[in-house]
This record gives sequence, structure tokens and C-alpha cells, in this order.
Amino acid sequence: MLIIKNLHAEVEGKQILKGLNLTVNAGEVHAIMGPNGAGKSSLASVLAGKENYEVTEGEVIFEGKNLLEMSPEVRAREGVFLAFQYPIEIPGVSNINFLKTALSEIRAYKNLPPLDAKGFLQLSKEKQKLVEFDAKLVNRSLNEGFSGGEKKRNEIFQLAMLEPSLSILDETDSGLDIDALRIVSKGVNKLRSEKNAFIIITHYQRLLEYIVPDFVHVLYNGRIVKSGTKELALELEEKGYDWLKEQEPSESAATV
Amino acid sequence: MANDNEIIDNIANKEYEFGFVTDIEMDVAPAGLNEDTIRYISAKKNEPDWLLDWRLKGLQAFGKQKLPEWQNFKLPKIDFQKISYYAAPKSKKKYDSLDQVDPELLATFAKLGIPLNEQKALAGVAVDVVFDSVSVATTYKEKLKELGIIFCSFGEAVREHPELVKKYVGSVVPHSDNLFAALNAAAFSDGSFVYIPKGVRCPMELSTYFRINTENTGQFERTLIIADEGSYVSYLEGCTAPMRDENQLHAAVVELIALENAEIKYSTVQNWYPGDKDGKGGIYNFVTKRGICKGANAKISWTQVETGSAITWKYPSVILQGDNSTGEFYSVAVTRNKQIADTGTKMYHIGKNTRSRIISKGISAGQGQNSYRGLVQIGPKADAARNFTQCDSLLIGDQCGAHTFPYIESKNNTATVEHEATTSKIGEDQIFYLNQRGIDSEKAVALIINGYAREVLNQLPMEFAVEAQKLLSITLEGSVG
Repeated sequence: MLIIKNLHAEVEGKQILKGLNLTVNAGEVHAIMGPNGAGKSSLASVLAGKENYEVTEGEVIFEGKNLLEMSPEVRAREGVFLAFQYPIEIPGVSNINFLKTALSEIRAYKNLPPLDAKGFLQLSKEKQKLVEFDAKLVNRSLNEGFSGGEKKRNEIFQLAMLEPSLSILDETDSGLDIDALRIVSKGVNKLRSEKNAFIIITHYQRLLEYIVPDFVHVLYNGRIVKSGTKELALELEEKGYDWLKEQEPSESAATV
Repeated sequence: MANDNEIIDNIANKEYEFGFVTDIEMDVAPAGLNEDTIRYISAKKNEPDWLLDWRLKGLQAFGKQKLPEWQNFKLPKIDFQKISYYAAPKSKKKYDSLDQVDPELLATFAKLGIPLNEQKALAGVAVDVVFDSVSVATTYKEKLKELGIIFCSFGEAVREHPELVKKYVGSVVPHSDNLFAALNAAAFSDGSFVYIPKGVRCPMELSTYFRINTENTGQFERTLIIADEGSYVSYLEGCTAPMRDENQLHAAVVELIALENAEIKYSTVQNWYPGDKDGKGGIYNFVTKRGICKGANAKISWTQVETGSAITWKYPSVILQGDNSTGEFYSVAVTRNKQIADTGTKMYHIGKNTRSRIISKGISAGQGQNSYRGLVQIGPKADAARNFTQCDSLLIGDQCGAHTFPYIESKNNTATVEHEATTSKIGEDQIFYLNQRGIDSEKAVALIINGYAREVLNQLPMEFAVEAQKLLSITLEGSVG
């Protein structure tokens, strides 16, 4: 589904990603861990196409297409979803109208007509239930006045509604209390399927107790320095990151 | 992704969508403003002597007035002698049905998306179309007549209901009020007249579309709305105009009179030609709009969505004379390219327990300049008067400007006056967030703008709100990609 080869990227002249390799197949959940400033969120931003992030070398192939040539909205329509670390507030725009617009755009891209009002409402109700999203928040202005936890849960609700093939969760667990973490994880687990994949960016092993990854990668200094299975996360929890800092990027990272 | 500058350039370069000229034979007065012109206009309209005298008083006042100098923009020189003060389609006869109306005129309205047909009628909107200066079609008249509601052109009101016109014309905006009001009093072409009898709730939105069409013709409508005791009316005014190279002056006057327990809701969507991206051409929209809550518990509410004109200069105001009366002002004003808007409201609290609410949302893009100017005046007898003002500015890009000039004068220490103001920018982060959900930048900007203006758009009647929302999107869209 996603092949990242030798990805180099910089922001404002500063090199952030320095030859990153990663392959994600449908049905897989990959966790990306690493210390602050390793480039985890930058990877998410580069994949989503955020302005200011300039790719200087390497390639990203998403379902056979060159992802880096696409505008952010086209990447989204192709099925790349980023759950933001800090979801943005848009005053006056109702959550549900925003989602309706987004879904219509994505469907139009796939030559599908927009859902009618009834169909959309039904879908919305179904997904709210699936990810335990508060119905009251559906009609409020997009993220405006939402608590940190509500914003994160709204990201998962959007994810459920838009049904992307690749979802990138950028530190979705940060700022969540244990109950919210459980609900968010439950939602993600329900959305997992053979057809989609997840990249979960996190600092802590805690989230991975709820969302069990197929692979865990350690990102350090712009490269993946170690890859393994879920046990690696436990090891990291125990030992910290320091013992990995001297290691060369693992060749296996691209092919696990 | 296009960066901010590209988005803004695209917005700035967006051509005016409704720029076209209708070729209909016109009857145009020679240019110039003097007693002869005024007599010519009055004679053309077969007006009674009292109205001619009133016009001449207006002309006198105009001669004594000076152009104001307090505005926050450079007022272009206007040669009042180069303007023609009367233009009417040459067709002389009155129309009984739309079938008789010039098909080209109907085609113009179709291009504008104005469904002047059964659809509109079925939707419950009676449309009094002012094409340049003379009303050419009026629908739904009979039904309104049954309720005793008068909704007609100003000229017809002068003929059919002179006692009402004589009593109220100039009673809220006197002929000597300001230069442009005096000009209007002298040379007003036509306009609309509404009278709602005692206790009658007007069952439909009354709607008028104005359209300026002849080169070099200033258009000076005059609107007079009287809501008698305990009555209610909602009035809609929507405007578009064809593309022109020369500036056109538009100096309308609107007077609203709400008697005891009456309510008037006046909504405007203004989309006149704003000039090209270098600021060439475009309409000067200098309008005097004022209402009076004459009796106790009366209410007047102004809602405006201003997207057009090279210069918009207007302050729809309310004189709160009756005890417990209410005045409201909801405004969205958009400026882009080199457009200028200096707009706001005045609330004069005279009676006890009078209330006013002001919500102003300015949006500036390109090199547009947007000023909010408002006056809240609490008189010595206005015990327990209350005002709330919220005044927000949204900036798109770094070459535009937003300015706020709130004036508060209180002569009564039991009054409560609140003022809130914010200035914000459309963030790249907001656009990117929406991009990441599959929405392109153009639609993203439209969503954000409409969200920002929601509080005002919500005040518009349903059907109008949809049009206004579209208009805001169209106005600020560029082919962003």
C-alpha cells in the first residue's frame, strides 16, 4: 500500500528526514516511536503534504502512485488520512456540514454521487455509535471549544466517516485520559480491516497495549534505526531510547 | 499546495461574474443637476406640486451641503453635473403579466439567477423589480391587497396613496440630512413603498431587486416602509449591476417607520460591480438608511451582506424613540482587490429600556480596506438602556486592512453598553486541515468564511441565506488549486 524509499525532507532549510525507509501493507498496523525531535510528526506532515515540508530526495509510492506529486486534498481523496496531533478549530462551521462536504469531495473523486441527506445521517449515526462519539458534538462548530480529548475523538469519528485506506495517527494518545484512550483505541480496533492500514505515531507504549501493532519502528535522527514486533515497544519502555541512538539504520526496516 | 499568496492573487484576479449589459431602449435625461432637471424628472413622472416642491427643497439643501471629510478613505471627485439623473426603459405601457415584459430583460434576470417567475411566486416571494428607475413588474399584489398591505413602486404610491407618502417621506431622513440624502431628495428616480396596516402580519417576504443598467446614470431610489401598530414585515433587497468602466454613483435613501408594537426586518444583499482588480470602475454606494421605532415595543432589524461596490459607505441606523423598543444591526462586509467599505450603524437610545444589538463581521482580502464605524448614543431619558456590540474582522493576506471606529456617548448612568472586538486571519493551518479531509483550498476558504459569518447569515430569511452564502463563496473564490 505504502512504500517509502530513502525519504529526505527539510523544513525551513533544516533537514528532518534523512533517508527513511518504510513499507506498509494492507491489513497492517505500524507503530512509530522515538524520542522528541526524531522526525515522527514531520513524517506525518510530509505524507499529508503540508506546506513548508520540502522533499529533497527519495520517493513515496501510495497504491502504485507517486504520492509526492499530489496536492494535500488529492492525497486525502486517494485515501490518506491524518489524525492531527493538534486538531484545528474552525468557528461557525458545523462538524456535520464539514464532514458532509469532505465526504462529498472524496466520493466525487471516485465518481460517486454524494449521499442523500438520509443516507448521510444514517452513516453518521452508525459511525458515532461505532466510535462512541457524543452526538452533541456532531452539530457543534468544528472543534471549537472542544476539550483536548473531544478533539482527538472527533479525529477518530472523522476517520470512521471518511473510511481512508491509510490512516496516520499523530500522537493521538497525547493529552488523553485513560478512559478516552480506551474509547479511541476501541474505535481504531473496530475500524481495522484487511483492506486498510494504520501508522500510529506515539511516545508511549501505553497506547500499544490497546492497539496492538504488527510492527514497531524506532525513528531517530530522521531515520528508522530499529524495527521489530510489539515486544520492541516493551523493550523501549524499559530501556528508553539511548541504547538505540548509536545504531545504524536497519536495512530490515524497509522490508519487514 | 498553493501558498497563501497564490490563493490571494487568485481571489484578487477573480472577474465579476455578473458583468454584462442589457440592450434595451432607454429614455435618458440630459446630464446635469439643476432646477430644470428636477422639473424634468417630476414632470416625467406626473408628480403633484407638493412633491416637486419637496424635491426643490432637496436641491437647495444639496447646494448648501459639503462633501463629508471624516470617512476613512479618500473620496473620489464626483462631478455631479456629468451625471444623468433619469433613465427609464422606453416601453411606455404597464405590464399585466410577465409575458409582456421585454424578453431580453427577463433573460438578464435569468443570467443573474433571479427566478422572476412562478417558482418565485410559489416560494412565497412577491418581487417588485426596479430596472433602472421604473418598476416593470409586480407580482402577488392582489393577495397583499386583500390584507390591506400596500407594496408598490414609490411613484405609484405618490399617485395612489399621497396622504401616506406626504406624511412620512423625509420624516426619518430629512431632505437636508446629508449631501447624498439631499441629492436623493432632489433627484430620486423611483423605489419601493410598503405600508402594513394595523395588526397585520405580512405573510411573505417582500423582495425587490435593483439593477443599475444605463451608462452614466446615477440611480437614486427611495424606499419608504411603514409598519402600523402591531404589524410585522420582512423586506429583502438584493442587488447586482453590470460591468462598467466609469464609476457610477448610487445614493439611495431608505426610511423605516415602526409604530407601537410593530416590527420591521430589513435584509440586504449587495453585489454591485466592485471595479476591476486595479480598482477601475465600480459603483459608489453611498446610502442613507435609517429607521425609527416610533412607538413602544417596536423593533427594527437591519441585516446586510455587502460584497460589491468600489466604495460602500453606509450606516443603517435606528432611532429608538418608543420605550422598550429594539434596534438590531447584523452585517457582513467583504472587500477585496481595491474595494473600500466604511460601514456600521448608529443606535440612538431615546426611550426607556431601549435595547440594541450590533454584530459586525468584516472580511478583507487583496488590498481591500474595511472599516466598522458605529455610534451608540444613550440619551438622558433612556433609563436602563442596553447595548451589545460585537465587531469582528477577518483578514486574508497581508495587504488588506481592517479598522474599527466605535463611538459611545452615554448621558444616562443607568445604561449598560458592551463592546467586544476581535481580529483574526484565515490560517494556513485551517486551510491545510480542510485540505487533509479532501476539501480544496477554494472550498476551504468558502467554508471558513461562511462559518465566520454564520451569526449574521442566520438572520437572513432562509431562501436569502442560501443565496448569500453562495455569494460569499463566489466573491472570495479564485481558481485555487
